[in-house]
Amino acid sequence: MDFNDTPAEAAFRAEAQSWLAAHAPAHELPTGIKLADTEEAARGRAWMRELYNGGWSGLTFPKALGGRGLSGIEAVIFAEEEGKYHLPKGPFTSIGTGMALPVIAKHGNDAQRAQFIEPTLKGDITWCQLFSEPSAGSDLAALRTKAVRADDGSGDWIVNGQKVWSSWAHLTDWGILVVRTDPTVPKHKGLTFFVVDMKTPGIETRPIRQISGMSEFNETFLTDVRIPDANRLGAIGEGWACCMTVLMGERLGSGAHRSGVEPLLALAGKTPAGDGSTMLDDKAVRLALADALAEEQGERFFQARLRTMVSKGENPGAMAGMIKLAYAGRQQKVLGLGMELRGLDAIAADPSDSVTPDLQYDYIYSTVMRIAGGADEVLRNQIAERVLGMPGEVRMDKDVPFEQLK
Amino acid sequence: MDFDLSDEQKMLAEQARGLLAERTPYDHLRKLIDSGAEWDEPLWRELGEMGFLGANIPEAFGGLGMSELDLGVISQELGRVNAAVPFFSSIVLAADAIRLAGSEAQKAQWLPKLASGEVVACFASAEGAGPVLGQGARLAGGKLSGTKQPVADAGIASVAVVQVGDGLALVQLDQPGVTRTKLDSFDQLRSHYRIDFDGAEAEALPGKDALPTLLDRAAVQAAFEAVGGSEACLAMGRNYVMERQMFGRPLGGYQAIKHKLADVAVAIELAKSNAYFAGWAAEASADDLPGAAAAARLTAIKAFELAARENLQVHGGIGYTFEANCHFYYRRERLLAVIVGNRGYWANRLLNAQSGSQEKAA
Repeated sequence: MDFNDTPAEAAFRAEAQSWLAAHAPAHELPTGIKLADTEEAARGRAWMRELYNGGWSGLTFPKALGGRGLSGIEAVIFAEEEGKYHLPKGPFTSIGTGMALPVIAKHGNDAQRAQFIEPTLKGDITWCQLFSEPSAGSDLAALRTKAVRADDGSGDWIVNGQKVWSSWAHLTDWGILVVRTDPTVPKHKGLTFFVVDMKTPGIETRPIRQISGMSEFNETFLTDVRIPDANRLGAIGEGWACCMTVLMGERLGSGAHRSGVEPLLALAGKTPAGDGSTMLDDKAVRLALADALAEEQGERFFQARLRTMVSKGENPGAMAGMIKLAYAGRQQKVLGLGMELRGLDAIAADPSDSVTPDLQYDYIYSTVMRIAGGADEVLRNQIAERVLGMPGEVRMDKDVPFEQLK
Repeated sequence: MDFDLSDEQKMLAEQARGLLAERTPYDHLRKLIDSGAEWDEPLWRELGEMGFLGANIPEAFGGLGMSELDLGVISQELGRVNAAVPFFSSIVLAADAIRLAGSEAQKAQWLPKLASGEVVACFASAEGAGPVLGQGARLAGGKLSGTKQPVADAGIASVAVVQVGDGLALVQLDQPGVTRTKLDSFDQLRSHYRIDFDGAEAEALPGKDALPTLLDRAAVQAAFEAVGGSEACLAMGRNYVMERQMFGRPLGGYQAIKHKLADVAVAIELAKSNAYFAGWAAEASADDLPGAAAAARLTAIKAFELAARENLQVHGGIGYTFEANCHFYYRRERLLAVIVGNRGYWANRLLNAQSGSQEKAA
């Protein structure tokens, strides 16, 4: 066990640091103001372009496909260093790099790889995910959006249905889409995977008014959307395998995230307790923050252990879900605590206070973390079943043709 | 970076686990309790012969000169089986105190005998209810006075390392100025005593400021021990619910049970990861040790607390019987929760380390 960089890792870190010092500051986001989503997405593209020009995109992606073919450890080092800057990174670019690229690389053909990989790494193509539906969330394979062959002999597919929770669908170029192509077989077997140009006629995105007041998620309606067969990834009926590739990427995460607890320590230190001391001197606050910080550190080292497993060719499987489960639950807890320690100011902050509004927003948003990308309950099932070897859930619909389900 | 135990450490763990599984089945623990035994002396002798007791003691003093992480691997296995041996008292606390604060002569006198297991030492700090470091004992002119309690393993120890203020002293226990009185121990596999020192012959350990580091290092070992105990609880609970039938299917098939044990599994992995880092930092990165030890301590106690309680819970009524095996861990967990300072001490240690590192970065 050695938590220090090897000489090669230290050299890589120094290289990353010096490049970032020269290029990252110009891309940093302002603090305290929320940018318009169009502006945020544009800045995200610009940072992708900068990374690409500097040779820092697709770090773990195979060289033959336009990446750098580096190890997971190097990607972690870069993410740690990149994380020191407040950069425009978010779903508008990470859905492309973290979901679309792995599935195209694994299930796509050469033409598809040539068409999409490099432009995505450059930020020229951004992606949204058209998976969930109003009645298919955690039970994704229950989805109802259907595709049938056009009757004109073109081989094209005609898609009808509705997707939901498609982050940034209104501002991205392409979507990864899973649809039902055969309702006569059990639900997992009748799915097929496509990439779809979001400018195709028949696609309408409607923003969802969220509890945060923002609308980065959408409902996406697909009405007689024509998709060429050339945009099908993998074989007909193999959509579920493609989805698994995407979702594994979602669970492994980016490797390094900012501490959620450290800012609260600073905030507590700036919040008066009324007797000349600050909330950072409050024993109950100290206990709660220390617990959260200890857990956060454990999570960081656990992630490092998982990455070591991957680098040795072992598959951490459902253990990766443990990180997300721990992280999401803790975020909600500490953000709630952060509001509490501000006192009533947490509810209606003084206009000069730029910190509390972020806290309010993050507290609202923390609910998303516990639901999206594997809800707490789904992850607990997976850990129990795949790590502890406990029995699977009772599934009434497993062997029943989809069209016979209620 | 390499965030995994080495092959040697994995072998060490297997070796310790194999021996302990054979020597300490739960029925054996029950017999020790029923016979009122002070400890599992044959096991202690065997651990000494295998070199486990001297694992982190320098070779010059009769040990194997291995790392804190190696010692952690052993602590984890001892925790897994609830071994009734004074490893924490004699090796993790007393020997380490002598190593950190003792003179060369004191080290030469005591460490080889502690490493072999021939001599058992205890560590006396608390003075009844309150903080783990009591403040009433006095050392003057080579004479120690005061009362320390509870002191684990004092009945089998021939020497005590005694905390006096912010210093440490060595006291041989078989002398007129020392009276040992056995207390009822909540952990039935670790005996506890009150020791009255009435002008007892004592010699100071000359090293200054060793206590915080001693506690940090001990907290790391306690964390490993707690991780071992937690893993045993999780395995026991999981195996029970897989066998136990309820309403026509295994109890373990219900989400209420699956989710409980999944949470235990997550808590254990976080704690283990912190323990690994802290074990590494104890050797390789002194600046990181206080924060790392505190994080390991806090997460490991949280994991063990959850694991011990939920293990008994999923057993239902059978878990409340002496014949079931949940109670060994349910009791041991409370000992570990208080053994080197309470939650508040470690919360402060972590936050202070954090603000220290932030100042340094700024």
